Amino acid sequence: MMTEIARLMPNVVSNWSEVVQSTGETIYMTIVSGIFAGIIGLILGIALVITQDGGILANKPVYQVLDKIVNLFRSIPFIILLAVIGPFTRLVVGTTIGTTGVLVPLIVGCAPFYARQVQNALLDVAPGIIEAAESVGAGPWSLIFRVYLREGAPDLVRVSVVTIISLIGLTTMAGVVGGGGLGNLAVSVGYQRFENDITLFSTLLILIMVFLVQGIGDWIVKKISH
Amino acid sequence: MQPAIDLRHIDVTFHNKNKTVHAVQDVSLEVEPGDIYGIVGYSGAGKSTLVRVINMLQKPTSGQVIVNGHNMETLKAKELRAARRKIGMIFQHFNLMNERTIAANVAFPLQDGPLSKQERHEKVAKLLELVELSDKANSYPSQLSGGQKQRVAIARALANDPEILISDEATSALDPKTTLSILKLLQSLNQRLGLTVVLITHEMDAVKEVCNKVAVMENGRIIERGSLLELFSHPKEKLTRDFIETSTQINQALPKILAQDNIKHLQPGQVLVKLAYQGANTDEPLISGLYQHYEVAANILYGNIEILQQTPIGHLVVVLSGTPDHLDDALENLRTDQVTVEILKQPEEAHD
Repeated sequence: MMTEIARLMPNVVSNWSEVVQSTGETIYMTIVSGIFAGIIGLILGIALVITQDGGILANKPVYQVLDKIVNLFRSIPFIILLAVIGPFTRLVVGTTIGTTGVLVPLIVGCAPFYARQVQNALLDVAPGIIEAAESVGAGPWSLIFRVYLREGAPDLVRVSVVTIISLIGLTTMAGVVGGGGLGNLAVSVGYQRFENDITLFSTLLILIMVFLVQGIGDWIVKKISH
Repeated sequence: MQPAIDLRHIDVTFHNKNKTVHAVQDVSLEVEPGDIYGIVGYSGAGKSTLVRVINMLQKPTSGQVIVNGHNMETLKAKELRAARRKIGMIFQHFNLMNERTIAANVAFPLQDGPLSKQERHEKVAKLLELVELSDKANSYPSQLSGGQKQRVAIARALANDPEILISDEATSALDPKTTLSILKLLQSLNQRLGLTVVLITHEMDAVKEVCNKVAVMENGRIIERGSLLELFSHPKEKLTRDFIETSTQINQALPKILAQDNIKHLQPGQVLVKLAYQGANTDEPLISGLYQHYEVAANILYGNIEILQQTPIGHLVVVLSGTPDHLDDALENLRTDQVTVEILKQPEEAHD
């Protein structure tokens, strides 16, 4: 078996420790930035839903500001964002390079995307359900946690899957600032050194991650929706 | 007695882009404790907006809202939430939470309350028993029929023992049989728990079934109101008559009657009339009396008699025939007997 792989992908085998390290970096970047972007995006998304016109805590100025911020950061291509928020990145994590240096841009790039997805997911909760909950005296916290997040849960899982997959995509650009990861492996090792088997193997690993995330997500959705 | 709901000069105005919509205009309404008050009107008449003012889901542009003696507008957020717990509400589309079980839906209003987990559990069981859905406690809304969903919604609305229940087109999405069973449930809750019910609908049939008082709304105003019997037997406004005639199906019958040959060409001495009467005078042998006293023969073409709150209400379309003098006397006598007489058609010669 191993000899078979060694024959088909000689460079993968000879660079095995690099492959393992890159995979680890991609997983690390995805999980850490996913957690932070998830929290920030969720809060932003909820804020957008409740402050918008007709929301349970409607507040036009707040909504306008949040809406503009989300749009702005969603519009900046990630590879430019990496460079343009450099000073901010240095302020937060002390460096702009390496795997850690890429975490901040990943979070900044991903959170607004997730916020918009969360907003759409929560807006799908029927207004009548919110109204019914208000009519029995539910307050804002109760409406957010017991109604919006609970009723929107299956949709939230769905949009989280989409976001994580797009986040995996973003991590492949980390190589630009020396952040490593499978994207970097595929391009700067596999492609530039003409070791095509490494490119292919990196792609395969990313695909496995994506399918795994999608599969787990679908399973959860099925489990929790009624 | 202090009214359960006292709306004074309510205005609700919406401003859309360039349009101003006066959804409710200067409506005052008093609902006494124990009433089942029907508010009838076509869609867009402002009924939903008006009842949403009662629990402040809709803030009025101006006017006072006094519920159970509280001026709702002066309440702070927390007090308002407490006041809302005493005003249950059910909706056309049930608005149940799809991701929660039936029991959890009914328990929802109790979560912020003082009850312990065990007490909540018992309360939910009792409420589900009340609406006869104990066996569905662990089902999800998607597994229930429309009528069952509305029963769950009623149980949820009653969770905090409200004194008032607002029904916003609650039977409009249900079939006639289920509608009737939901209305009967509301009626029995009214009788057993002394619940005051405000029921808005576009179906006079629903009102007829359970309400003791009715208001008719059009273009944001209440155009007519009164007890069910009063309104049904002596409607003043055209819209009210429309609703009643749709409900008694005279509307559908009249064109057919008028298309009949002998009605198209009424003989001299004949007249086509619509008679509406109620209560005691239903017992009088109305038709045979006409013949005995005035020698006026009555040919009944259409009849609808129903019993509203134990009082019979009749609507008849008849052709009366007799000599002109006798006819006049007969009609005069009917009017003094509190029968509403509407002349639908006279022979063409009579107009000379």
